[in-house]
Amino acid sequence: MKVCITSKGDSPESVPENRFGRTPFFVVYDDETGNVIEAINNSSANDASGVGPKVVQMLVSKGVNVVITGQVGGNANKGLEVAGIPTYAFGEAKTVADAYAAYKAGTLTRIV
Amino acid sequence: MKIVVASGKGGTGKTMVAVNLAWALSQSQEIHLIDCDAEEPNVHLFYPGGKDEGPVTVKVPEVDSEKCTLCGACGEFCRYGAISVLTESVMFQAHLCHSCGGCMLSCPVDAITEVPRRIGMITRSEPSPTLTVISGILDEGEIAAPAVIKAAKEAGEWDGVSVLDGPPGTACPVIETMEGADVCILVTESTPSGLADLRRAAHLAEALGIPSGVVINRSDKEDGPTLAFCEEEGLPVLLTIPFDREIAAIQNRGAILCSEKEEWKEAFAQLYEDTIAITGDIS
Repeated sequence: MKVCITSKGDSPESVPENRFGRTPFFVVYDDETGNVIEAINNSSANDASGVGPKVVQMLVSKGVNVVITGQVGGNANKGLEVAGIPTYAFGEAKTVADAYAAYKAGTLTRIV
Repeated sequence: MKIVVASGKGGTGKTMVAVNLAWALSQSQEIHLIDCDAEEPNVHLFYPGGKDEGPVTVKVPEVDSEKCTLCGACGEFCRYGAISVLTESVMFQAHLCHSCGGCMLSCPVDAITEVPRRIGMITRSEPSPTLTVISGILDEGEIAAPAVIKAAKEAGEWDGVSVLDGPPGTACPVIETMEGADVCILVTESTPSGLADLRRAAHLAEALGIPSGVVINRSDKEDGPTLAFCEEEGLPVLLTIPFDREIAAIQNRGAILCSEKEEWKEAFAQLYEDTIAITGDIS
């Protein structure tokens, strides 16, 4: 299973990004091994409009199963819901690695 | 002859000028009055009882899930995020769609067809044998005002004189209204925002190659900066309507100034003559 976290940078030490569609990076973990397998550079981050649904399609094509982010807008929310991707808020986590650990510990709040 | 009434700033009296101009002209000839302010149409307040002439629609995609292979090409093409290919289905969000048809063209297996979606309506009334009123009305929350304005213009298209009540602003809805017009009447008021927005509207009309003149409404007789601007730009001041309680009271009860005051009927008939004069058309 692939778990992706919106991030200001491309590593587990990076600060998690509050925005979903306009996040600079998605750091992707393999849930079985706990390793980071990829940091996706978000090419839609600076698009004029419709960013949320475009990013959802991109994540679906990458086989992402779970999203961890700050907030999700209405259009992205609908996309994540239809795609069946459970989405959690990283809350107080200070790094991407913290957010992943909190997800594994089951302490994050589900938002979609 | 298409006369567009515009302003830049909202609330300067475009509808008041358009309705009175059309009424005054309809006393001697046949006139079409077309409400192109599709987001806030108000001509019907003066002429209620317009009959539904049918919906205005735009084209949106419909995906045949039997043919669709979920390849993702449509979603990658759509820059508005309106169509997204997800795990097991294609999701379409109508409010994001700009009806460009690109998703249909990009589909390698022809799984997408276009179907109509309502965004507004056209109404028509004939309050007198010489006056036809057409209104373009955009549904609340919709974005494609130009499509409704275009439909209203088409519904009112004819060889005679049309008065088009335009929207405020200087973007797509006004440009669609001005497209193909012979002359523009720019209604302003002598306030800083009235002048700032008149400047923008005048530059837009100029960019579109449409001759224009100015009506100063609610004048307190201190119109110096507006008059200076008109002088500088070579814009004729066609009419000045004073800031007057009696005029405001007539307007506020939904009545037409010209129909109650003979001097204003004459003033608006003259406004037409002076407007025609700036097109260079002698007829």
